[in-house]
Amino acid sequence: MIYTIAKKEFRSLFAAPSTWWMLALLQFVFAWFYFARMDDYLQVQAQLAQLDNAPGATIAIAAPLCSALALMLMMLIPLFTMRLIAEERRNQTWVLLLTAPVPAAHIVLGKFLGLLALLAIIIAGCAAMLATLLLGTQADIGLMLANLGGVLLLAAGYAALGLYLSALSRQPIIAAISALGLSFGLWLLEMSAGDGFLRAVSPNAHFQNLNMGLVNSADLIYFALFITTLLWLTVRQLNDERRHGL
Amino acid sequence: MTAPVTLSAQDLTRRHGARLVAVSGVSLELRRGEVLGLLGHNGAGKSTTLQMLTGALPPDSGTVKICDFDLAGQPELAKACIGFLPEHPPLYRDMRVDDYLLFTARLHKVPSGKLAAALEQAKQRCGLQEHGRKIIGTLSKGYQQRVGIAQAIIHNPAVVVLDEPTVGLDPAQIRDIRALIRELGDNSSVILSTHLLNEVENLCDRVIILQHGRLIFSGSSAEMLANGNMEEAFLQITESGVTGK
Repeated sequence: MIYTIAKKEFRSLFAAPSTWWMLALLQFVFAWFYFARMDDYLQVQAQLAQLDNAPGATIAIAAPLCSALALMLMMLIPLFTMRLIAEERRNQTWVLLLTAPVPAAHIVLGKFLGLLALLAIIIAGCAAMLATLLLGTQADIGLMLANLGGVLLLAAGYAALGLYLSALSRQPIIAAISALGLSFGLWLLEMSAGDGFLRAVSPNAHFQNLNMGLVNSADLIYFALFITTLLWLTVRQLNDERRHGL
Repeated sequence: MTAPVTLSAQDLTRRHGARLVAVSGVSLELRRGEVLGLLGHNGAGKSTTLQMLTGALPPDSGTVKICDFDLAGQPELAKACIGFLPEHPPLYRDMRVDDYLLFTARLHKVPSGKLAAALEQAKQRCGLQEHGRKIIGTLSKGYQQRVGIAQAIIHNPAVVVLDEPTVGLDPAQIRDIRALIRELGDNSSVILSTHLLNEVENLCDRVIILQHGRLIFSGSSAEMLANGNMEEAFLQITESGVTGK
């Protein structure tokens, strides 16, 4: 049942022209960043070559690109998550899932995984672009994988957050804006709150480690907790709705 | 009447907000092979009642049992026995008819070996054979309504709940859909809400009438016809209901 819903969600995300438009724009902006970074790197490369242990192309190009990608996804994901539940409510198709013999947990997981598949494709497109670095130089594959994995985890976190806010609302726009606001707030938290507890709350702080190539089990556990907590809250919200109405 | 009871509802009550009572103390029972007509003026609580029967809206109090499964206690088992066409058909406008119907069949746990047969049968019953590849959003209102009905019957449910099934259809389509409802009534139980009294006269074994969220009449359609024609009987019942309040 999870698979049925995930497949349907994935296909209907792809059926929407807006999805293609967003994908195209994202690829364009990403490519632009890539060339800009590449250009900067090539200008200083001669000087870098004289240093011992100079930073390589991967850390100078791929890592900053992945943080840019993370930021772009943070802004895009609410536009996808608002469709998952809030828009179904507004289009009155939600009643189909509500009256189907499917537990709320399957609906939530199906929708989450369907969106995650789309996000994985977006990230794979950017990964393919980064892979062109391999044509010209020896790239640090480990660092690149840590970065891409980090982006995927971060995107999954934002998707879970957006899904929860989508479950809370009847209005897609409100779901999208509150998800964007919260993700942005969490991002600012990382920038502003020194090294304390508050910084640890922000998913971006944990992404930073992966961005530097540091694969730390604490960060992985953080993402797992962040995602499961939000999915659990979503399931709870839907069960509440089934028992008491929205 | 010894056919098994497929759906029974006890004392359903639903408020919108704190004071406004949409439905109050409605009880009804439906047996296999019965077609039940739900009548009432606009805003009488017909749709709300049907939503509560299908699990689309939780009642504030009261219980619903479908095929002996409690809708609140064993929702998955109970919901598997229902097909529901809401007032606004729940259609994904960007999907193809076939894909949509297969999706709804899977949601209702039709085994994968029987999907193709179920799809063919539902399309044939609703006159959609030629429209499988079309995008739902491009269909006319009448065909969208048919897709909505196909969605409600594709898994051969024991209870079919139809909220104004013939709205927006042309006379030929109305005739086809009525024939379909009669056919469904042979093996399943059907509840339909409607404003068309001749529909009730033609189709329904029993009639219940709601007014201001209360059940004011429940009987066979023959009983209603006994005092003349359906329309007079309906007006008489609802108007005496108003004065009696």
